[in-house]
Amino acid sequence: MTTTTASRDNTTDNERPMIELKGLNKWYGDFHVLRDINLSVRKGERIVICGPSGSGKSTMIRCINHLEEHQEGDIVVNGMPLTQDIKQIEAIRRNVGMVFQHFNLFPHLTVLENCCLAPIWVQKRPRKEAEAEAMQYLERVRIADQAHKFPGQLSGGQQQRVAIARSLCLSPEVMLFDEPTSALDPEMIKEVLDVMVELANEGMTMLCVTHEMGFAKTVADRVIFMDQGQIIEENAPEPFFNNPQSERTQLFLSQILGH
Amino acid sequence: MSIEKTPSRVTEKMIDARSAPSDSIGTIAWLRTNLFAGPINTLFTLFACYLIYLLIVPSLQWALIDANWSGTTRADCTGEGACWVFISARLDQFIYGFYPEELTWRVDIVFAIFAALVAWLAIPNMPVKGLVAIATLAVFPFIAFFLLHGGSFGLEVVGTHEWGGLMLTLVLAVVGIVAALPMGILLAMGRRSDMPIVKSICVVFIEFWRGVPLITVLFMASVMLPLFVPGEVNLDKLVRALIGITLFQSAYMAEVVRGGLQAIPNGQTEAGVALGLGYWRNMGLIVLPQALKLMIPGIVNTFIALFKDTSLVLIIGLFDLLAIVQAGLADPKWLGYSIEGYAFVALIFWVFCFSMSRYSQYLERLLHTGHKKR
Ligand SMILES: Nc1ncnc2c1ncn2[C@@H]1O[C@H](COP(=O)(O)OP(=O)(O)OP(=O)(O)O)[C@@H](O)[C@H]1O
Ligand SMILES: [Mg+2]
Repeated sequence: MTTTTASRDNTTDNERPMIELKGLNKWYGDFHVLRDINLSVRKGERIVICGPSGSGKSTMIRCINHLEEHQEGDIVVNGMPLTQDIKQIEAIRRNVGMVFQHFNLFPHLTVLENCCLAPIWVQKRPRKEAEAEAMQYLERVRIADQAHKFPGQLSGGQQQRVAIARSLCLSPEVMLFDEPTSALDPEMIKEVLDVMVELANEGMTMLCVTHEMGFAKTVADRVIFMDQGQIIEENAPEPFFNNPQSERTQLFLSQILGH
Repeated sequence: MSIEKTPSRVTEKMIDARSAPSDSIGTIAWLRTNLFAGPINTLFTLFACYLIYLLIVPSLQWALIDANWSGTTRADCTGEGACWVFISARLDQFIYGFYPEELTWRVDIVFAIFAALVAWLAIPNMPVKGLVAIATLAVFPFIAFFLLHGGSFGLEVVGTHEWGGLMLTLVLAVVGIVAALPMGILLAMGRRSDMPIVKSICVVFIEFWRGVPLITVLFMASVMLPLFVPGEVNLDKLVRALIGITLFQSAYMAEVVRGGLQAIPNGQTEAGVALGLGYWRNMGLIVLPQALKLMIPGIVNTFIALFKDTSLVLIIGLFDLLAIVQAGLADPKWLGYSIEGYAFVALIFWVFCFSMSRYSQYLERLLHTGHKKR
């Protein structure tokens, strides 16, 4: 499906990690935001990233599709190394879907047009075909009946589901979620999480920054705890929650689970 | 006095809606609350009415009732009211300038095509708007040039020194508007660019043109430009004025556009970029459509300023509508009718500018529905 001119190495899909971060370092001016991040994500793996505010979670996942530029280290996505070359960056972005905290839907386009924009303009697919496929994805996030409304006419939960469908329309290999539910009212969180759980069950490779610990427990293969730009602890959910090793992880968990 | 426990209550009889008391709605009520609310308010209202009366009645008397409408020379004017004969006798010159009389049909055709195209684009729900827009921008300028200037298809050449009047004003304004908007958009994008060289060029350009008066620009265009351009290239005076006006107005336009671009949240660009859209698609499909909607008042404001600024070309010897009316006033046969002349010019300018203003308000309302929550 993905037609990329980008260079790839020759290892087969199964042994090659989907995302690989090696020795990643990033600074904002003099401020060292990401400190020596190493992370390898297999195909189909579901990772939940948590940590206190300002610890660099967003910055890390935004480096993966080059919304932020890193200064040191290597990023490889689906075999394609992230370089300065804009063609290579755009090839990677087509493989990586991203869902934002504030949805970032395009307010001047209808729900369906939001979804079809990239397939038509990036993948150069015929409008009819793109629309038909977009409708399928809207069906999957259970919002097909709103396809001709504008984003401003939908609730927050509905908008976030549209945003997920919009990313899926490019058939990405990886989905990045940056606190997808933290701008939502409690009663809407569930409808978005349900969609994410379904997506996880279908085998999508996912990196989610979220504080929804219930989601982490049921869905994640691995939970990562970050603090001050570093990965402090990384473990399967069961040991991570029941038996955290680092003191900082214990403190963080007691704070968010305590009340 | 002890406070009783509030008794519980249930309402069974539903109250039907009644109309509002008659003294709170309708014309009388409106007058009372807005014009005659108290003694001072009433005094002001009466005073204002008196002022309006003092102003309006003599004006109407002069412009309409006592005015002379028909005739060909000043002898047909009684001198009690306005002498519109001055306008009607010279109307052709005011519209076509010194364009040869037997060829003015060419100007009429251009006016007609232009009016039709603009109407097509302005009226909502007309079919094939995209095609018409492309025709207006890509085909119409050539047709207009061949008809107005001539020189091919067996049409006689009419040099730009013979152009004038309303026709010249419209040529200057339309070309200025059509060229300044895209240039302004590009300059604004350049000024917001990450590339330091592009950014500095745009900043210097914008700040230079915004810093000099248009009169200076026109003088430079007519006097200094020929000094820099190699001898054999003899740029037409009108073309030089057009270049000057366009560069000048595009700098203003750039700042209006930049304001609009800044109002679009970063998340929009990020979402577009994350979907794999490149810079130009992101701009064209996501940022500009939203920004232009916000910029309509500012853009139209610049258009209106540009339209009126075109009258400055008279200082480099081009006879736009204002200049040609002034020239008519200097004619010994028509001395003393300057009020009529300037009133006529003011009316024409006002009609064009007011239409632009109204259309922009209409457009804003049209584009607002649907995008906003209810
Ligand atoms: N553009 C920027 N310029 C300078 N500093 C920045 C910038 N963006 C983020 N930072 C800083 O980098 C640090 C990490 O930010 P980041 O957004 O990655 O945190 P986060 O873990 O996602 O936090 P949150 O839970 O609040 O979203 C913060 O201290 C923040 O202040
Ligand atoms: Mg964040």
